[in-house]
Amino acid sequence: MTSAVSTATQPGRPATSEMVRRLPEYLTIWLPLLVSAAHLVSFSLWTIWISFTPSTLVPVSGWVGLRNYTAVLASRNWQIAFDNLLLFGSAFVLLSLVTGLMLAILLDQRIRGENVLRTIFLYPLAVSFVVTGTVWSWLLNPGIGIQKLVHDLGWTSFRFDWLVDRDMAIWTIVIAAVWQSSGFAMALFLAGLRSVDADIIKAAQIDGAGPIRIYRRVILPTLWPITITVVVVQLQFAISAFDLVRALTNGGPGIATQLPALVVYDLMFQRGQLGRGAAAAVLMLLILLAVLLPYAAWRYVQRRRSNHA
Amino acid sequence: MRDRTFAPSRMLIYLVVSLFAAAYLAPLAVVVLNSLRTNEEIAQASMIGWPKQLAWRNYAAAWSGFCVAETCAGIRPYMLNSVLVTIPATIFSTILGAIAGYAVSLWRFRGDNWIYGIVTLGLFLPQQMRLLPWTIVLRDIGLINTLTGLVLIHTIQGLSFTVLFCRNYYVAIPHELIRAARIDGAGFFRIFWRIILPLSAPILIVTVIWQFTHIWNEFLYGVTFTTGQQQPVTAALIALSAAIADIPQHGVQSAAVIIAALPTLLIYLLGGRYFVRGLTAGAVK
Repeated sequence: MTSAVSTATQPGRPATSEMVRRLPEYLTIWLPLLVSAAHLVSFSLWTIWISFTPSTLVPVSGWVGLRNYTAVLASRNWQIAFDNLLLFGSAFVLLSLVTGLMLAILLDQRIRGENVLRTIFLYPLAVSFVVTGTVWSWLLNPGIGIQKLVHDLGWTSFRFDWLVDRDMAIWTIVIAAVWQSSGFAMALFLAGLRSVDADIIKAAQIDGAGPIRIYRRVILPTLWPITITVVVVQLQFAISAFDLVRALTNGGPGIATQLPALVVYDLMFQRGQLGRGAAAAVLMLLILLAVLLPYAAWRYVQRRRSNHA
Repeated sequence: MRDRTFAPSRMLIYLVVSLFAAAYLAPLAVVVLNSLRTNEEIAQASMIGWPKQLAWRNYAAAWSGFCVAETCAGIRPYMLNSVLVTIPATIFSTILGAIAGYAVSLWRFRGDNWIYGIVTLGLFLPQQMRLLPWTIVLRDIGLINTLTGLVLIHTIQGLSFTVLFCRNYYVAIPHELIRAARIDGAGFFRIFWRIILPLSAPILIVTVIWQFTHIWNEFLYGVTFTTGQQQPVTAALIALSAAIADIPQHGVQSAAVIIAALPTLLIYLLGGRYFVRGLTAGAVK
């Protein structure tokens, strides 16, 4: 700390007693930060190390090079999980962006009951993915959910059985995920819409631009930094999605809705393949970095640009 | 474009917004209605429908009656577990985060930027990277399958968020305030207690709501590190649906889902403004 300088005239003891006196201070500052930082670094390095060892039921030392990685990458489980991630990630992000932006624009029209509506669109975020997944597993279950209701109403040829359809099951996760978190996109977009300079809008109105034109030409272009943030946050969720899938489909039917996080859990705790599980976790991290590093670089450039301006 | 006349275009806006609101509310409405219908009634029709008579006993059964595995104590013990994990972990991570955020933003010390940078990386590191190490650490210190173990995990991992929230809030406090207090001889804790804490109410509310919601809703660690009677309610809900998959009791299950979701829903309704602030603060990073 800075004020320790004043005691430096008397060497030895006073400095030590000063240290002792301020020990509680040092401890409360450093201990939590050090523990947190140390666990992040050491846990990551340890998992990376395990991914290069022949560990199965228990961690063992040894070196197998990239063998765990090639085994994971070659497994059907991972390949399906990765394909699902690409489909789920892009569909979910795109749909929640579109839904969120639309809701934000609608709420921005000075409508009555805006607060109530905002509360309604955001409440799913307060609920756990386990609850969301459970509830949607009922609604989408053809035997008891929406399909059954429509049948009971008389339209007996109606089909909505994506939950048990291998090809369509991944879309049930998209539906539930969009329901849960498009409110997040809405909240950020609405904040962005509200921060657009009113004078610019007024100037455009004086120039005779209609509302649609003003949105397209004046307002929406200012939203793209927010859009990137929303995309990155949603992708981060998609890459590590676990609870929702576990509650909604548990990866099924078969392994049709497998995602990377489920593969990791399966390898580590159900098959006792710690080395491969760790390798799959590191692969997840790499996928995440493929999203986050460009984002960090973009943020850095943005910040430097705004500092120069 | 922002007039208040009821032109057809405005009617259309209200129509679309109402349809969306209905779609967002529908799942909640379905579960609430089901929680008041008997299991038999749901089995005969579908999950979607009005209760014929109000089956309040679903809630009694969900709270303390139905069986998961061999124990028939309802959802109550798991709710209690979640409370015993969430409340201490929220309090510890918030207090430690506030002090650390204060130290990093207003005291500045050698290496503070580095350590702060590393700690905030925790926002991004997937939990899967920490599962195995936590298993080993918890086993070695004898906390596997205990609520204390979960409190420890959530306190340490929550720090990444709480330090970030508090630090970003405290950097806006003028340094002159701190400098003046130090000239008057006030130390680290005295300044925190007398000057910083009284200014902190908004950020502490945001942090507490964020932490409570996240820890209550957390599932992966709960299901990985605890079993049976030690599980938090999210893990118990999954165990419940698996346990009664053969003879579904959708009425009771719906009541259990409502009970499990109620704490965070109430906090959201009471502190909505702070909830949203946490969401955006967590996103912008």
